[in-house]
Amino acid sequence: MWKSITGRITLIAALTAVSIIVLVPSLTDRVPAGWKDRMPKINLGLDLQGGVFLRLAVEIDKAIENTSMRYADDARAVCREKALPVLAFQKAGDGGFSLRFPPGDFASRAQAALKEEFPSLDVSLGEVKADGATVIARMKPAEIQAIRTNAVVQGVETIRNRIDQFGVREPQIIAEGEDRIVVQLPGVKDQQRAIELVGKTALLEFKLVDEGASVEEALKGNVPEDDQVLYQKSVDPQSGRATKSPMLVKKRALLTGDTIKTAKVNFGNQAGGAHVSLSFDTRGAKVFDRVTAENVKRRLAIVLDDTIYSAPVIQERISGGEAQITGSFTPEEASDLAIVLRAGSLPAPVKVIQNVSIGPSLGLDSIEKGVRAAVIGALLVVCFMAFYYRFSGMVADFALVFNILFLLSGMAAFSATLTLPGIAGIILAIGMAVDSNVLIFERIREEIRAKKSVRAAIDAGYDKAFWTVVDSHVTTLITAVILFQFGTGPIKGFAVTLSMGVAINLFTALVCTKVVFDYLNARKPMQALSI
Amino acid sequence: MIELVKNTKIDFMGLKKYAFSLSAALVILGIVGTVQIYRGKANLGIDLAGGTSIQLKFQKPFSMNEIRSLLAKAGHGEATLQEVSGENILLVKLRALGNQDEKMVADPMVNLLRQTLPGNPFVVESVSEIGPAIGHKLRQDAELAMLISALAIIIYLAWRFEFKFGVAAAIATFHDIFSVVGIFWVLGLEMDLLFITALLTIGGYSLTDTVVVFDRIRENIRLRKLKTFSETINLSVNEVLSRTIITSMTVFIAVIALLVFGGIVLRNFATALAMGIVVGTYSSIFVASPVVALWRGEKMTEVKR
Repeated sequence: MWKSITGRITLIAALTAVSIIVLVPSLTDRVPAGWKDRMPKINLGLDLQGGVFLRLAVEIDKAIENTSMRYADDARAVCREKALPVLAFQKAGDGGFSLRFPPGDFASRAQAALKEEFPSLDVSLGEVKADGATVIARMKPAEIQAIRTNAVVQGVETIRNRIDQFGVREPQIIAEGEDRIVVQLPGVKDQQRAIELVGKTALLEFKLVDEGASVEEALKGNVPEDDQVLYQKSVDPQSGRATKSPMLVKKRALLTGDTIKTAKVNFGNQAGGAHVSLSFDTRGAKVFDRVTAENVKRRLAIVLDDTIYSAPVIQERISGGEAQITGSFTPEEASDLAIVLRAGSLPAPVKVIQNVSIGPSLGLDSIEKGVRAAVIGALLVVCFMAFYYRFSGMVADFALVFNILFLLSGMAAFSATLTLPGIAGIILAIGMAVDSNVLIFERIREEIRAKKSVRAAIDAGYDKAFWTVVDSHVTTLITAVILFQFGTGPIKGFAVTLSMGVAINLFTALVCTKVVFDYLNARKPMQALSI
Repeated sequence: MIELVKNTKIDFMGLKKYAFSLSAALVILGIVGTVQIYRGKANLGIDLAGGTSIQLKFQKPFSMNEIRSLLAKAGHGEATLQEVSGENILLVKLRALGNQDEKMVADPMVNLLRQTLPGNPFVVESVSEIGPAIGHKLRQDAELAMLISALAIIIYLAWRFEFKFGVAAAIATFHDIFSVVGIFWVLGLEMDLLFITALLTIGGYSLTDTVVVFDRIRENIRLRKLKTFSETINLSVNEVLSRTIITSMTVFIAVIALLVFGGIVLRNFATALAMGIVVGTYSSIFVASPVVALWRGEKMTEVKR
């Protein structure tokens, strides 16, 4: 190993200086901004600073089915326009559907019409029977693939938009695999609200209320062919009780939320309640103008994710491209609704399959307890070493201080994330750090018992224990590295601190302690060693 | 010079009958525990089994019975409740039933408690909801991690010593892991991802002691030239006994600090580590070397360096 004592001391001093420069901004805010901004910092994991971790499953099949059903509705409208009577309608799976027509050339005429109208559908003639023929329409594979990719990519984009508007410092939103999205929101306090904001599909639709048919009949199962039953939720402001009332609406949406330009919260028109006002883009405004003109005196339901928010009567044609959603909103609900409408709807519904929310108080509590355990653990180990090995033990303790310093600054340098198990890893690394010195000191004791001179005993001790120390470190490192590969967030934090601690220990336990003994021996060979 | 153990001449190989019986009992316990884990009959954490866990901190002391009956009325009779004494903390755990369409229940449960216990407000300290699919994946990852680390360690030790030493060390390591699983299972302690992490860490750390003993055996075969392998083992274990115990002790001290002061989240983790350190020290003395002796015989061939 290195012979020059000054060389080794210079190296240790240089490393210490660099470590302090790197580490200090992570520990305190009272440093000049120029220093703080230039240094990487230790990140706190969600379990220490509080926040929300969500793993979402994107329900792509539902998105494909929804799109296919939208095509089916449009296809039937086309058939109606061309006076082609549809006898029956059926889902055909894999983004397809079939329509049955009476005997004659209806089916082939429908096939031609649909082919022309919908270039993204494969339209084919099914079996021809005496009582009629079917037309089978299916989305083209490229179209399905596009929905698939879009569902996740667009989903990430939309969620990021919503979160940015909600205001979260350093959110992380990433796609995972083919159908998952992972959302990490550190430091979020209103966690339930954040989860709802992320998970809402937010598909806004304007649908006509069917006042010609009876809701009671529909609830019994006799829903007219083009209609569906949706519920309007309302909350009684006095009792706070929520009620649901059924309403029969047309399946076909006249206008959807993708034409919204902006959405704002307004207060105050009715009894101080909040409402959301929308303005459409040019295309949306045109459609809205036409729809309202054609349906004056009829009721238009405003539907968000299959729940009716309000169903006002259209009093007159609305040309300005503005609309309002009223309902019994709290200001927070109204503001969140405005956010999701501005950010747009998710292309496919998502389901929360993992939710880990840590409140800020628990995070602080964990830091406090973890740091306390680490300090007490370190003190106990330090005292034990000083008691058992006397002066040599104190030399080992001296090296332990460097070990901890280098470990923390190493974490800062790599911007590593500190988690609660990560703190446990530091504590464990402290316990293991002195092991190297125990192995060396026991070996030195043996050599002294074998009547070697102090200096020779020290050299032999370091020499002979070297490979034992390396072996014992490598086995721990192997498991730590594997834990890092397979572990999730908090456990990765454990693997990071443990493996870095053990690796740095090889340097501090071997070099930092040896240089002390060498320094003492250099001036005058030691006659006795307190060990 | 303070010496905890001094010039011992214990006949460790002579004790191997007793040691093997004890170890066999521990390992069988561990195997039964492992089988029960796979049959879903063990106290698995919700991060492995899927389900919901909620940690609430109340302002005032609460009645466990009242909350239990409240939850039972809401259809969550199978929830397990745990109280952290003195801190007014309640842990509610609800294991997933395994069907894919399971709804998340944390939010309605919290609302229910908030409404029915208006006199004792609480803070939701943490919520963790894990779908069965994720639990399954995390479990698979954990299994793979354990398998790979076992292989990696055998390869490393086979390279540094020889194959038989590597396998013996691996046997000692599995002995430690199974023992801790067995003890946890018998005590009904919760096994979660942190527990698996502890097991892997134990696996890595218990080897430290084994390596120390093996190193000395190798050295003594070369230098001392005793008649039998068993004698060499006895001499070597006695020679390194103090460092085996002291290295374990320093780590044990640190883990005890973690256990006592680290808070509820790390309690089971620290418990598993503490057990693992004790069992690991025992196995490096009583299991690893005797296994090598059994396999290698009493031949005094040198171990490659």
